[in-house]
Amino acid sequence: MSHVAVFAATFRREIKLLARQKADWVNPLLFFIIILTLFPLGVGAKPNLLREIAPGVIWIAALLSVLLGAERQFRQDHRDGVLEQLVAARSPLLGYSLAKIAAGWLGSGLPLILVSPLLALFLGLSAEALTAVVLTLLLGTPLLSLLSALGAALTLSADKGGILLALIILPLYIPLLIFASAAVEQASFGLNYQAQLAVLAAMLCVALALVPIAVQKALKLNVG
Amino acid sequence: MLLSAHQLSCVRQDRVLFEQLDLQLHAGEVLQIAGKNGAGKSSLLRLLAGLAEPDDGDIRYQQVPLLQSADDYAENLCFIGHLAGVQPQLTALENLAFWRACFALTPADDWALLAQLGLAGLEDIPCQQLSAGQQRRVSLARLWLTTAQIWILDEPFTALDQSAIAALTRRIATHCETGGAVLLTSHQPVQVPGHPVRQFMLEYRW
Repeated sequence: MSHVAVFAATFRREIKLLARQKADWVNPLLFFIIILTLFPLGVGAKPNLLREIAPGVIWIAALLSVLLGAERQFRQDHRDGVLEQLVAARSPLLGYSLAKIAAGWLGSGLPLILVSPLLALFLGLSAEALTAVVLTLLLGTPLLSLLSALGAALTLSADKGGILLALIILPLYIPLLIFASAAVEQASFGLNYQAQLAVLAAMLCVALALVPIAVQKALKLNVG
Repeated sequence: MLLSAHQLSCVRQDRVLFEQLDLQLHAGEVLQIAGKNGAGKSSLLRLLAGLAEPDDGDIRYQQVPLLQSADDYAENLCFIGHLAGVQPQLTALENLAFWRACFALTPADDWALLAQLGLAGLEDIPCQQLSAGQQRRVSLARLWLTTAQIWILDEPFTALDQSAIAALTRRIATHCETGGAVLLTSHQPVQVPGHPVRQFMLEYRW
């Protein structure tokens, strides 16, 4: 019953589930694409304005699409009694939570990174800005997944947890939003944005160290 | 004495489900908790499984309070609640593989075990396509693999047909013969071949 064994088993299980419930990763991706295609239509033929607001728009879309699937992260295992049995057996929930978060990122974060070059095209981003978008998403989406897992674990036994989850998590997303869109903006002016990336990396490291522990505790509390 | 509860009480939504409840579970014994719907059977089992804290009183595993013996106890406990713990999108085999990593289970031939439980040919279709009774069988397959000494089962016979009930009671009997103990709830009378079933009545309180 080591952490590693539980991590590996949970991760394999979650990958199988992602392959079977395609809506889990297709929906957030479609949502992301829809927002970003609607923006140029709504703003109109103003390429300069579009280019200016692009960093913020991309990041808000990413943030909301990760939030979209967040609520479901632990819900099914809670409802089926899987979590209850894990807690009763004192199985290493840390491995379980980490695997859930990692698989959650593969489902809701990675697809966004993969389509972002295409979407940058819609918003008329330069090559430098596009690189910055991909880099910030690479550092930022794991952080989004970590924080949304925390919210999902905290609101697990709340009846209508969706809004509560958003209220808890959105404030935590704000620093990420500020630094990530600042990095993209700097890049679009041809400036250096390593400082912002460093801050994002630092936030990710802190969250990676602390959030799984908090998730584990929250899951235990909600099952008990 | 494997497990004992002393002066246990439990309050849910301002209603006292039970108070000053004493209960002992010995090795080789089957104890059935009986009582009306809402009498607090499941709450009692959750307390005894260490999933919730009692409002008063304490629970001891081998005479040691649960607070100190929680890890030993969890290793020796197999809890299957009224929720089956079966992930519906996964197949029976995949569910077993996940449990094997998360709980201390003996290595065994999963195909043979599932066939023994009457699930031959259904091993690799998602569990949501199985009937309620078949899903229960998948969930109870853990009992054939666990090395735990204490089993806490909440309504294990729900949705099972006669042959599955017979298989489960036989399994409970062999478990008791090897020094195990079973605590279960059921609305039907439980008969375990070769073992008297002790009944514990939980009165419904207003």
